[in-house]
Amino acid sequence: MPEPMISLEGVTKVFPGSAAPAVDNLTLEVAAGEVAVLVGHSGCGKTTTLKMINRLIDPTSGRITVAGEDVMTVPAPELRRRIGYVIQQIGLFPHRTIADNIATVPRLLGWDRTRIDERTDELIALVDLDPALRNRYPRELSGGQRQRAGVARALAADPPVLLMDEPFGAVDPIVRSRLQDELLDLQRRLHKTIVLVTHDIDEAIKLGDRVAILQVGGVLAQHDSPAAILRDPAGPFVEEFLGSDRGIKRLSLMPIRDVPLEPGPVVSRAADPEEARAAMARYGVDWFGILDDGNLEGWAWAADLEQGPIASLPARSFRVRLGYDDSLRDALDTVITSHTGVAPVFDGERFVGMLTAEAISRELAR
Amino acid sequence: MIVAQAAGDPRFFRWDWVWGHLDLIGAKVLEHLVLTGIALGVGLAVSFALALVGLRFPRTYQPITWVTGLLYTIPSLALFAFLVPVTGFTTLTAEIGLVSYTLLILIRNIVAGVQGIDPAVRESALGMGYGRRRLFIEIELPLALPVILAGLRIAAVTTIGLVTVTALIGKGGVGFFILRGLNRFFDTEIVLGTALSVLLAVAVDLVLVTTERWLTPWSRTRGAG
Ligand SMILES: Nc1ncnc2c1ncn2[C@@H]1O[C@H](COP(=O)(O)OP(=O)(O)OP(=O)(O)O)[C@@H](O)[C@H]1O
Ligand SMILES: [Mg+2]
Repeated sequence: MPEPMISLEGVTKVFPGSAAPAVDNLTLEVAAGEVAVLVGHSGCGKTTTLKMINRLIDPTSGRITVAGEDVMTVPAPELRRRIGYVIQQIGLFPHRTIADNIATVPRLLGWDRTRIDERTDELIALVDLDPALRNRYPRELSGGQRQRAGVARALAADPPVLLMDEPFGAVDPIVRSRLQDELLDLQRRLHKTIVLVTHDIDEAIKLGDRVAILQVGGVLAQHDSPAAILRDPAGPFVEEFLGSDRGIKRLSLMPIRDVPLEPGPVVSRAADPEEARAAMARYGVDWFGILDDGNLEGWAWAADLEQGPIASLPARSFRVRLGYDDSLRDALDTVITSHTGVAPVFDGERFVGMLTAEAISRELAR
Repeated sequence: MIVAQAAGDPRFFRWDWVWGHLDLIGAKVLEHLVLTGIALGVGLAVSFALALVGLRFPRTYQPITWVTGLLYTIPSLALFAFLVPVTGFTTLTAEIGLVSYTLLILIRNIVAGVQGIDPAVRESALGMGYGRRRLFIEIELPLALPVILAGLRIAAVTTIGLVTVTALIGKGGVGFFILRGLNRFFDTEIVLGTALSVLLAVAVDLVLVTTERWLTPWSRTRGAG
């Protein structure tokens, strides 16, 4: 592994007056450009861990480096201006307009007016905020808009590292899901190193390149990619934490592209009825798909064969179709609810094969 | 002679007397405002210093409120009486008394204002790299302003009333009329002094309310359009 962007080596935090450590001998590395998610039950030390990275909390022992530099050797305000910080309540300054809020760190860094104004406009566009909100005060914004403003403010001075503590905890599920998608989209463009704290395992799976599951006392239970964690939970605690629908969660990480597809009971327009009957028998179904020059035109019932040659049959259209990049989680719904137990998969407009329920469960068993 | 002349008049309030003494009235109103202004200015400065100490070193806050609370309970007449042998019949004497009565209210409101700030705002400010000084000046102070100004309004109204008492040591602003009216049984002066004091209090309060609205535009809801 190349030099990590953030590394925690044997970090322990014991708050004064408490016997048990909030974080106990935690060792963790976060690669540059990676989204690392810290997840765990309430009180397990996620926030404490995050705040030790930007020194809002000083560790009792251990070493933390950011970009190779021991954080304790950098004056705290200087360190923090190089690290974006977003918290659940966002903490926008009520007495400053949205533009001024976004300009916070550039102002602390002493940028000149024009540069700040340009950057502010750029960020408002980047996080998809309505430019009309520029001169509004935070109390005049909706929860989702405040959240975007908070992210814009954290990104203002283009810090390489972003720390986010339950950034979507205060918005309703629909807005949350959209903000998550937007964060992923931003990350694809910006390649920041992000440490994100959540107690929602689904959010962790969705957002994390790697997920660190913490146990009470800040003990690392497992640290790996979501797929690896779902496939091989490192013990009963993780298994319990992932929940009983672990299999379904795994499916959401697998694109159809990775699964071998069946050609399906499909014949070309030119085929004779015997070929179609053989194909249906092979799959144990009473319908067949009709290919025209490689294009899946539609399908017909076995009974339709009585009406004449395949070439002249009207093609019924498929009510369900899957995309090559859809997840198996989406596919499962489709396949199970279609009475035939299979669904055609398309790569753009090109038919690539049929996905069956058996193929999905085979994949889960691997 | 003068006493008899004034007291002998059957009318409760003599406007002609007022018109005849506009210069004196103007001078006393100005003196009243100056005494009040100095008291509030010095009071604010001292209160800020003590509030800062109290905020920075929480252990000191209790003793600070205890001492200023004690000052607040001393009857004003007695306080000036104690001070005269030391500082004489001077503006200094008046101001020492006036300032000490502003401290408790101002310190409490400054501290409450700063402590009442949403912790998330402070956390995000620190997390973005604010130092303590800039945090106080740019974030905490403006956000505490409504509470601080509320304290200042109470202190101002209290001080304007108290200034009249300093007439006893030869100051007093419009309190001068009240004292002289009492001495020579001249109702017009008593009423005038009282009315002016009340009017001043109302006017200063209005000025402060307006100032607050002007200084805290963020706390108002903007109308559509
Ligand atoms: N400033 C503090 N002083 C004393 N104890 C603290 C302090 N901050 C946190 N703790 C304790 O440390 C432990 C870990 O707290 P932390 O805030 O890191 O949990 P968390 O994982 O972020 O929980 P949540 O999901 O509820 O936010 C808790 O037991 C908490 O009570
Ligand atoms: Mg937390």
